[in-house]
Amino acid sequence: MAIDIYKINPEFRDIMPKEIIDLEENATWAQNRIKPRGIKEMPDTKEILEEHSLCAGCPESAALRYVLAALPCPEETIIVNSTGCTSLMFPHIALHTVHSLFGNQNAVATGIKRVLDWRFPDKQKDVMVLAGDGATVDIGLDYTLQSFFRQENITTICFDNEVYANTGGQESGATPKGQVFKMAPLGKKFEKVKMWELATTAGCHYTMNMTASAPKAVAKAVREAILVAREIGPTFLNIYTPCILEIGLSANEGLGEMKDQDKDRFASYKFVSPEAEEYLKKCKAEGKL
Amino acid sequence: MASIKDMTDTHNWSGQKLVTADHMLFEAPREKHFMTGSEVLKEAVKRCTVDASVSYPITPQSEAAHLIGELWAEGYVGTYFRGENEFGVMSEVAGCAMAGARTITTTSGPGTLRAMENFPQWSGTRIPCQLILMARGINSPLTIQPDNLEVTFMLETGCMIWYAENVQELFDMSIAAFIVAEKPDVHVPIVTVVDGFFVSHTRESVMLPADDIALLPYEPYKSPLPPIDSETPPGRFLRDPFVMKSNYISYATHASWQWEVRSAVERSRPYAKHFLNGLVHVTGAPDAEIAFVTCGTASHQAKEAERELMKLGVKTKVIKLRTIRPFPKEELLAELEGVKHIFVPEFNVVGWLEKEVKTALHNNHTAEVVGGPRVAGGMSMPAEAILKEVFEHINVEGK
Repeated sequence: MAIDIYKINPEFRDIMPKEIIDLEENATWAQNRIKPRGIKEMPDTKEILEEHSLCAGCPESAALRYVLAALPCPEETIIVNSTGCTSLMFPHIALHTVHSLFGNQNAVATGIKRVLDWRFPDKQKDVMVLAGDGATVDIGLDYTLQSFFRQENITTICFDNEVYANTGGQESGATPKGQVFKMAPLGKKFEKVKMWELATTAGCHYTMNMTASAPKAVAKAVREAILVAREIGPTFLNIYTPCILEIGLSANEGLGEMKDQDKDRFASYKFVSPEAEEYLKKCKAEGKL
Repeated sequence: MASIKDMTDTHNWSGQKLVTADHMLFEAPREKHFMTGSEVLKEAVKRCTVDASVSYPITPQSEAAHLIGELWAEGYVGTYFRGENEFGVMSEVAGCAMAGARTITTTSGPGTLRAMENFPQWSGTRIPCQLILMARGINSPLTIQPDNLEVTFMLETGCMIWYAENVQELFDMSIAAFIVAEKPDVHVPIVTVVDGFFVSHTRESVMLPADDIALLPYEPYKSPLPPIDSETPPGRFLRDPFVMKSNYISYATHASWQWEVRSAVERSRPYAKHFLNGLVHVTGAPDAEIAFVTCGTASHQAKEAERELMKLGVKTKVIKLRTIRPFPKEELLAELEGVKHIFVPEFNVVGWLEKEVKTALHNNHTAEVVGGPRVAGGMSMPAEAILKEVFEHINVEGK
């Protein structure tokens, strides 16, 4: 039924904005497709993200577009968010999304996923968490790790910009050591928290640390992470999406910054559990990847 | 484990015959049992076709949360697990209820305060979940004793608050609570309070209907906001949070949303009146000039004092408030007609109920309101303590 909610009542079609009609006619809903969705279609199809209100050139907004373009089945996907710059984009996503509190995203997602599995035993409903590093690594660390311990079938994505950007540039647990930010006037005193390593230790079956410099790589990771979360257990992606504003870069410098960091703090880290690896092989054979 | 696929038009997934709340509460034959508040809550949940429950061992512990776990293992509750702490549990409950589940949890004392940020989030999200609050003390110093100070923190969360006096009321109220909270024109969370230990851990006689019947299921698509299940168009409040636009319209919208939550609580009155048989219960002399205004187990002690005073020829009455949110102002004022002295005995040091009563009486009534006796930290409230308070304020012949 899910896809039907995007069908426009014929009585109202003449007064519908073009972007809503586009959503019905030209979005890449999984139901209409034989091949998996991907970022290749972005230029020709209606994206699930409408205009957003982030800064010009913000890498986070680009990363969100890649993530949404890669969802295996957007019409059955629920995204749980937390407070921060990401929450500014959430109102523009044409899916069921939740903003609840700051830091409780994995707890809310757990409740939603458990109940959807109970209410719809014959349907595959994907629940994904998307939050910043403050929400994931600091205030929400307990709830994030506990959802991994419990082996919840959820994909968690951290848009790591290494700073509390939305509140004006304060140090976070993901800030690299020595970096001067608000609340760290003499530079951060301890190392960046390696959330991807914690995630693996806590029981995630598919963990990656990466930047959003390569759209295809992001899309592949998102797709694989969601497929693994469906069948095997929790998955975690830590994606560098720098706040160009807070580190003094211009609108056209975000990509360069991410490329630089591909070789440094965000040098590729990938963990796939043996069960997940086997499952992904099967998915590939079935044409799901 | 239960499967929702086993549900039919007439029976729920555990094979219980589906009945209305009216049948369950007013018509079904009952038999006498002897059990604690925690045990009776298990019996109530068993008869409520509950989809989801999330538990935490609570600080301090009552048995209720793990007894609901037994119901899940027995196939009566759809999904159940232990959360990481009370903040996490209340967020997990929120997720369950947002996704369209009839959801219940329990907590008390320090757990309530740890979870606090979630309660206005619950009401703001308009989820009809139920919290059983077995009121216990708040730290510091460390305590595990009965004390209802925590209720004062709950008063302005936008949740309905009902208060049960004993094991029987806890059973009946917790069943009615789901039905009232789930009314489409109400649809806010409900907190059913009992005094911890005195009710949660004490065995009493209780009349229960048979356990082969259960409430009709929750219907999430009657919710004023769509459930988060990708089956209906997304709710605009999630798609257009007011924080996105810093302008006067967004401020006014946020304010009106909060007023609407409070209005929804007010709209629960007729339903609560029906299922609770009135928002206040009165015992004693109708023409009394002395009244005790109470909730919870203090009501029981006040009734004891009322009988003692009657022996001395002093007419009193006990007005027990069954709902705190909405506050039964009209009913209270009606019962206070002709009353000259009001006593508010409470199990806390701050006198939150006295403040509520005084607010309701302001410019509406001239009676003197005495906030006492107040006992706390685990102290009991013998009738003698109430009598002493009365004798200190009123000249009773022979005393």
